[in-house]
Amino acid sequence: MDQKTIQKVATLARLELGGVEIDAVTQKLSSVLAHFESIAKVNTEGVLPMVTPIEVLARYRDDQILNSLTPEQGLANAPSKQGFLFKVPPVI
Amino acid sequence: MDILSLSMAETLEQYKQKNVKPSEVAQCYWDRAQKLNPKLNAWITFNEDFLAQALKADEKINDVDWSKSPLWSVPLGVKDMFCTKGIKTTAASKMLSNFTPPYDATVVERLKSAGALVLGKLNQDEFAMGSSNETSFYGPAYNPWNLEYVPGGSSGGSAAAMASKSCLVTLGTDTGGSIRQPSHFCGLVGVKPTYGRVSRYGIVAFASSLDQAGPMASTVTDAALILESMCGQDAKDQTSSDQKVAPWSKKLSAQVKGKKIGIIKEYWETSGLSEDVKQVTQNAYDYLKAEGAELVDLSIPLTEHAVAIYYLVASSEASSNLSRYDGVRYGHRANFENLSGINLDLFYSKNRGEGFGSEVKTRIMLGTYCLSAGYYDAYYKKASQVRRLLQEQFLNAFSKCDAIVSPVSTTPAFKLGHRIMNPLQMYLNDIFTVSANLVGIPAMTVPYGLSTDGSGLPIGVQIMSKHFDEQTMLDIGFALESASTMKGKFAHV
Repeated sequence: MDQKTIQKVATLARLELGGVEIDAVTQKLSSVLAHFESIAKVNTEGVLPMVTPIEVLARYRDDQILNSLTPEQGLANAPSKQGFLFKVPPVI
Repeated sequence: MDILSLSMAETLEQYKQKNVKPSEVAQCYWDRAQKLNPKLNAWITFNEDFLAQALKADEKINDVDWSKSPLWSVPLGVKDMFCTKGIKTTAASKMLSNFTPPYDATVVERLKSAGALVLGKLNQDEFAMGSSNETSFYGPAYNPWNLEYVPGGSSGGSAAAMASKSCLVTLGTDTGGSIRQPSHFCGLVGVKPTYGRVSRYGIVAFASSLDQAGPMASTVTDAALILESMCGQDAKDQTSSDQKVAPWSKKLSAQVKGKKIGIIKEYWETSGLSEDVKQVTQNAYDYLKAEGAELVDLSIPLTEHAVAIYYLVASSEASSNLSRYDGVRYGHRANFENLSGINLDLFYSKNRGEGFGSEVKTRIMLGTYCLSAGYYDAYYKKASQVRRLLQEQFLNAFSKCDAIVSPVSTTPAFKLGHRIMNPLQMYLNDIFTVSANLVGIPAMTVPYGLSTDGSGLPIGVQIMSKHFDEQTMLDIGFALESASTMKGKFAHV
């Protein structure tokens, strides 16, 4: 695990890391992943990945209008807003 | 009446007999929580309406419908992972330090509807990522048994509040042991129910296939009582189960004669397992055997990989779950002088870079790496496949026994600052607890002894049972509690 890879992953994660942080994360991830490599030894030929520990069945409900947040409630925690809109940088 | 000496069930009985009023109980816990918080840092936010709500309850003491309000006027401490309507919910992160939810988590809604009164919100590791409460943005909580030691994590504030009698019952969340390990460190009963027993709606998401909420209490009966109100299917959580919720507390039995108790050989062979923890666990086996239980040797060979599977799966899910924190709709936003001219990617990166702490960033990075092109098969997919094999080994083990009893952690509580700089050492400490989350089975901690090294720290044992068989787990816990040397012992803080 090198700093270039860490920088690429940080870009993927949309996570700004300072120079000191990059060093620390590189070191931590290298040591942790080196230990976790051991699972490669386990034979998993033909084994389905497990994504949930119990069976989850799709449930349906009647198509009814239920209570939802009011615009005021939805915007109450917005760091920046204008009228009933969240304010963000220009996206186009 | 010594209010603080009563369990939750005993307090409820005193209400029924009209020997004490909700406002008296509430004032007692409120005063103690306020007095001890500068020392313990267990609470992040107090509910300013708590005492007024208790006073209002006084007026209704003659009209309580106990079938509908089994937790009437119980002072409840809530880990800051649960959304609480109108009360700040931070997940102990700078990212959510100004977030006030407009709704209650289903669990909180159910407990309030059963009559519980929220006293406040409890400290924890940031986004529940940690085993010592040292990653909290609000600083560490301290172990009431010995202030030089951590209370465990991630539900460290919940444990510190309970062990110091600053609250009658608290809520925690458990993704890899975050209820059971702090309960072990602080001498409490802590329960992680079967995956799907409790709705996750309104709980800040960490790892969705592992997260479960549960109680931290002073007795097994109290824990069972709280569970009865917490559990049950919820239309707002697709993974919540429709399995019937039984009146566990009423059926509790300490009779273990004929029960088959499994002992996992690999747990016993784990390096770093302290002599004190070994001895206390052995004492539990000896008691169960003396009472007529049959001890059965088991093998779970994949135990050596459990921590790796857990951290690869949990971090992958976390990196996905935490992508929602972008500083747009809620959460921390960096101070931009002018938004025009700011690139959107830079905007997200800066908000997230400032809002998350070091451990959370490490987990997001680990998870993003494991899910990225070229590494997905080797890490996330591989871990998910080994996870299925681990579940098969546990299901096979449960064909030979009714429950498994084991240590909770390799050691009692450790000193503050001793492990935080070495993440791998911190992670490996979770070896006995993570499997229950990976496999989805219920597991609990019951306090069973004290360390002998002069630190005076509690030691618990873990009980695991089959999916949705909480009754067997609670019964074994009830039996061990009846014989525990921890009975009547509490932290002097």
